[in-house]
Amino acid sequence: MCEVIVVTSGKGGVGKTTTCANVGTGLAKMGKKVLLIDTDIGLRNLDVVMGLENRIVYNLVDVVEGKCRSKQAMIKDKRNPTLYLLPSAQTRDKSAIRPEQMSKLINQLKPQFDFIILDCPAGIEQGFKNAIAGADRALVVTTPEVSAIRDADRIIGLLEANNFEKIDLIINRLRFDLVKRGDMMSSADVVDILSIPLIGIVPDDENVVISTNQGEPLVGNGSIAGTAYQNICGRVSGEEVPFIEFEKGISFWTKVSGIFKKN
Amino acid sequence: MGLHNFFHKKKSSDIARDRLKILLISDRVNCSPEMMEMIKNDIAKVISKYMKIDDKSMEVQITKKGTSKKGMKSPFLYVNIPIIDLNSYFYKG
Repeated sequence: MCEVIVVTSGKGGVGKTTTCANVGTGLAKMGKKVLLIDTDIGLRNLDVVMGLENRIVYNLVDVVEGKCRSKQAMIKDKRNPTLYLLPSAQTRDKSAIRPEQMSKLINQLKPQFDFIILDCPAGIEQGFKNAIAGADRALVVTTPEVSAIRDADRIIGLLEANNFEKIDLIINRLRFDLVKRGDMMSSADVVDILSIPLIGIVPDDENVVISTNQGEPLVGNGSIAGTAYQNICGRVSGEEVPFIEFEKGISFWTKVSGIFKKN
Repeated sequence: MGLHNFFHKKKSSDIARDRLKILLISDRVNCSPEMMEMIKNDIAKVISKYMKIDDKSMEVQITKKGTSKKGMKSPFLYVNIPIIDLNSYFYKG
């Protein structure tokens, strides 16, 4: 049984591509057969984050247009033999493919994989419609900022309108020092506002920048963000993984300030 | 500084949360805060015919907490109206 997951956010720059790369790599490390598809036509990035930019011959649009077979376009990952990437086209635009073509392609690829993960472009236009066409599950990535949460809420509304039954939330780039100080919304605040199930919290971690520089996903390398991504992979594949309690220290202070506020 | 903040300054995360809550109401139903205010006033007017309510502290909200038969979340109009006096109006007729 293949699960097709779209990683989306609405707003750009919140970490969709990083999430895709790490969740894909993490699932492959767990022994699953995984295909990552970059659906951001014209602005492809998943290939550089994965460090596979030099191996691209054919791309998603070539496959859809029948210029090559899907096998020829899929790139095998450097380190994980069960992980493949189907890169996007850089010189075309979002109108190069239609949602029906996308779901047809995904249905053809489904039998070969345990997970197909789609990296969705920012926005709610054609690119978004293409990305969600073949998916049956969504991971919504947001950061604890007003703009990102507002866009995430809009995206959740659109996913629900498209009959997605499984929509999970990833809160990215959370800074516990700011939450503690009361200058950043806590994960509980974000979950309360968006009211969809939380599947992971990824703390703000400089190792993400380092790993992107190197083109190597950081899942499971012992860094704090790597561990967070590893836990997300466990939860995505149906395991019960407890949340790392970064916020435990603040709960006391939240209570105390709560008491003061009531008076 | 910590104590000063407790008593005098609202935390920026609270401001963000409160702004978002109001913003998302109008985003979700495509209805402006002014329209929400009009709905609120109309509801207050109707209910006031039958009982004495505290229209200053009543709340009208659109949330996504409601669930439909399919298990999907559907928008949910939530109105909280504090009643001041229930009996007097009934006796008066």
